[in-house]
Amino acid sequence: MLDTQPDEGYTTADGRKIGGVAMEMKNITLRFGGVVAIKDISFDIRWGEVRAIIGPNGAGKSSMLNVISGFYNPQEGEVIYKGYRRPRMRPYQVARTGIARTFQNIALFEGMSVLDNIMTGRLNHMKANIFQQAMWWGKAQKEEEENREKVEKVIDFLEIQHIRKTPVARLPYGLKKRVELARALAAEPSILLLDEPMAGMNVEEKEDMCRFILDVNDEFGTTIVLIEHDMGVVMDLSDRVVVMDYGKKIGDGTPDEVRNNEEVIKAYLGVTDD
Amino acid sequence: MSTTPAQDAPCSIPALLARNASRYGAKTAYREKEFGIWQHWTWSETAEEIRAMALGFLALGMERGDYVAIIGRNRPALYWSMVAAQSVGAIPVPLYQDAVAEEMAYVLDHCGARFVVAGDQEQVDKVIEVQETVTCIEQILYLDKRGMRKYDHSRMNWLEDVQTEGRAAAQRLGAKLDKRTAELTYDHTCVMLYTSGTTGKPKGVVLSNRNIIETSRASSEFDKLKPGDEILAYLPMAWVGDFIFAIGQAYWTGFCVNCPESAQTMMTDLREIGPTYYFAPPRIFETMLTTVMIRMEDASPIKQRLFHHFMAHARKVGPKLLDGKPVSMGARLKYALGNLLVYGPLKDTLGLRRIRVAYTAGEAIGPEIFEFYRSLGINLKQLYGQTEASVFITQQPDGEVRNDTVGVPSPGVEVKIAENGEVYYRSPGTFVEYYKNADSTRDTKDPEGWVATGDAGFFEEATGHLRIIDRAKDVGKMADGGMFAPKYVENKLKFFPNILEAVVFGNNRDRCVAFINIDLGAVGSWAERNNIAYSSYQELAGLKRVLDTIQEHVEQVNESVAQDKMLSGCQIHRFLVLHKELDADDGEMTRTRKVRRRIVEDKFADLIDALYGDKDSVYTETEVTYEDGRKGRIKATLEIRDARVFGNEQRIAAE
Repeated sequence: MLDTQPDEGYTTADGRKIGGVAMEMKNITLRFGGVVAIKDISFDIRWGEVRAIIGPNGAGKSSMLNVISGFYNPQEGEVIYKGYRRPRMRPYQVARTGIARTFQNIALFEGMSVLDNIMTGRLNHMKANIFQQAMWWGKAQKEEEENREKVEKVIDFLEIQHIRKTPVARLPYGLKKRVELARALAAEPSILLLDEPMAGMNVEEKEDMCRFILDVNDEFGTTIVLIEHDMGVVMDLSDRVVVMDYGKKIGDGTPDEVRNNEEVIKAYLGVTDD
Repeated sequence: MSTTPAQDAPCSIPALLARNASRYGAKTAYREKEFGIWQHWTWSETAEEIRAMALGFLALGMERGDYVAIIGRNRPALYWSMVAAQSVGAIPVPLYQDAVAEEMAYVLDHCGARFVVAGDQEQVDKVIEVQETVTCIEQILYLDKRGMRKYDHSRMNWLEDVQTEGRAAAQRLGAKLDKRTAELTYDHTCVMLYTSGTTGKPKGVVLSNRNIIETSRASSEFDKLKPGDEILAYLPMAWVGDFIFAIGQAYWTGFCVNCPESAQTMMTDLREIGPTYYFAPPRIFETMLTTVMIRMEDASPIKQRLFHHFMAHARKVGPKLLDGKPVSMGARLKYALGNLLVYGPLKDTLGLRRIRVAYTAGEAIGPEIFEFYRSLGINLKQLYGQTEASVFITQQPDGEVRNDTVGVPSPGVEVKIAENGEVYYRSPGTFVEYYKNADSTRDTKDPEGWVATGDAGFFEEATGHLRIIDRAKDVGKMADGGMFAPKYVENKLKFFPNILEAVVFGNNRDRCVAFINIDLGAVGSWAERNNIAYSSYQELAGLKRVLDTIQEHVEQVNESVAQDKMLSGCQIHRFLVLHKELDADDGEMTRTRKVRRRIVEDKFADLIDALYGDKDSVYTETEVTYEDGRKGRIKATLEIRDARVFGNEQRIAAE
């Protein structure tokens, strides 16, 4: 094993156990032609924690999330996941390693029902081949039942029973966000990436979403990495925060540490937010 | 009234449970939709679950006469916890699940609850908040584990763990439990229910086993309920009706209680279950009808024509067929065809196809709404009751159903009308007392057992049916001495689908004025069809065209009120559409959604002054409470409209 650290983790004030390092970003640099989106950033993510990435618009937060999810491959630096250096991978291969995500702009199948959308989150857990699937025969039948059970638990967990059969296109924005979270959860990920889960929500929807995120972390011990603009939400939810500005990391620590960091105040909190 | 059970007849709910477990062991007692599937429990499984829970309660030290509060949505395990509490000699006290912490604090403190059974984290949080001031609560038991991991569990238990512990202690505590259950008599308290309190603090109504079982027996026989009947339990567990239907009658008759998956899936679940016995307040029937009408307007022209054609026929002959009155062969055949094409599918969609008996009560139901369901062949009837009577005072027998009466006295109930018009009753279901409130008990129930309902009404001479006019204390006088019955006018207004709520003022004044709440569903759909954009209730309520429509409705009501000589003074001269919906969270309504007239009157005093003034608009600010308990303010400028009134000359002539 490479780069394993004998790290026991710690226990948070509210009694949750945070484990050792799950993923480590080492000197990541990402360029799009001449534009440098991420400049030499390093940080780690621990098992079981809620890790936030914040920063002004264009700071490179979403790019960072895309690096974690394997959608972008950085030109420099490496991603150490579960103790191994992660090779260049296709996004679906990354998904199979237990990483699931939601998107800033909702990416659901609009014409499909909520249930079917969430079932797609189980694709990586289905083994039956296309013929068995088409005839709904043999393995396919049993598999669907098992996966449906898992999906129903997620539906129950996120309290979306009433829209189970509703086509996604007919749902309001806040519920679509919740369905997207449900699909990501259905994959039973070990790391869950949330790209602005509260964007465009009203106060009540935000509070619901906060509760769901905390419950997911609490109930399944899922590690959560989230990008968020709402400072209140970030400070309440997360265990540790990475602050980015113009592609650089300018702060890293607990919400309190970050809040009192001079550079962060100057770069982020002082700048008008959208 | 003292009645004793027949020889060996069960005289408590746990005794009825034991009887059902042996008599109907394999029949389904409870169903609940969870994880997308209807899970079910037979009577013998139910008995086992309840026994395990009761043993667990014993292990936690539950004593005879302890009060056990139950808070949550309708779920089998919560119903079981009530019966389990009864089995150990404790008294269940179900509470309204949407009550805020302060409301709960009063009740929990008043009954001195030692145990609280809470549905989920939300309820547990409220109980913990209450515990800061109320010290009697010793144990919190919760049903849904989610989010509860981090809580301090020194005085808290998962209900399933309690059952596991109970099962483990079966040998040790079994005999003790049997002894406790066997002690229960007809005079032991069965349940304590807090009245929603239209005025003042809620009062704890103590109902004995006699009250509940005698009432359940009589009413089950009245409507020939039988094992195999199905009901959907979706109304608040704290409401006496739910206790009678889902526990009293269910245990007496042995029928099946179905619990919906969540509050929002109620309509889908109703459809999947297809209950045979159904209760809903008028509001629900109204909402269903509104939904049907809205959806019909989006249907294709052929479907619309079919619907309207056959509905017109149904209105003519449907109620007659239900009442068993003579109908010509041709009309019967056409009705059968309509049933095939329209009524059947419609009832199926609504989940009302298998209904044998349906009741509505609590408020007056609009004649069109009532007739709509009756014409479809749904045996919808009205009953009149209250918590203090274990529900039933009067009800309509099959074949004698009308919209404007509440029926004849239920079996075993005596009813009389006092000089001032107030309705009094006496029955085996009459409550024992108000808990720790001897004064109120004396005021309500006289030594002979007659209870004042607080409602004014009269018996129709021809039919012997009771008609209710209004709350006795709300009936007032106009400045010119005419009768002021606000509810009468409000109900007429509320029969319009566009009007959700109305509050009429005019006591001791020379004319009546009104506040109106529009129905966001109906008016919103109208706005959508007419391409009218709106962003909030407030904006929609202020639109000129909406106000025009409401004005038409008000004037129609005035015209119909003018017909009644006694009440023609109650016509509405000026009105406004409120900028917010009246809400229980703001204290403007009770949890059962009845308007608290006095509070509305105080809170919107500026608006009432404006209505009696001469300006045509008024600026106001109102404090609102959001669902999470925080407060905010709404500002608005409201337009005041004058409505046409009718028949003034006639009235003067009559004087």
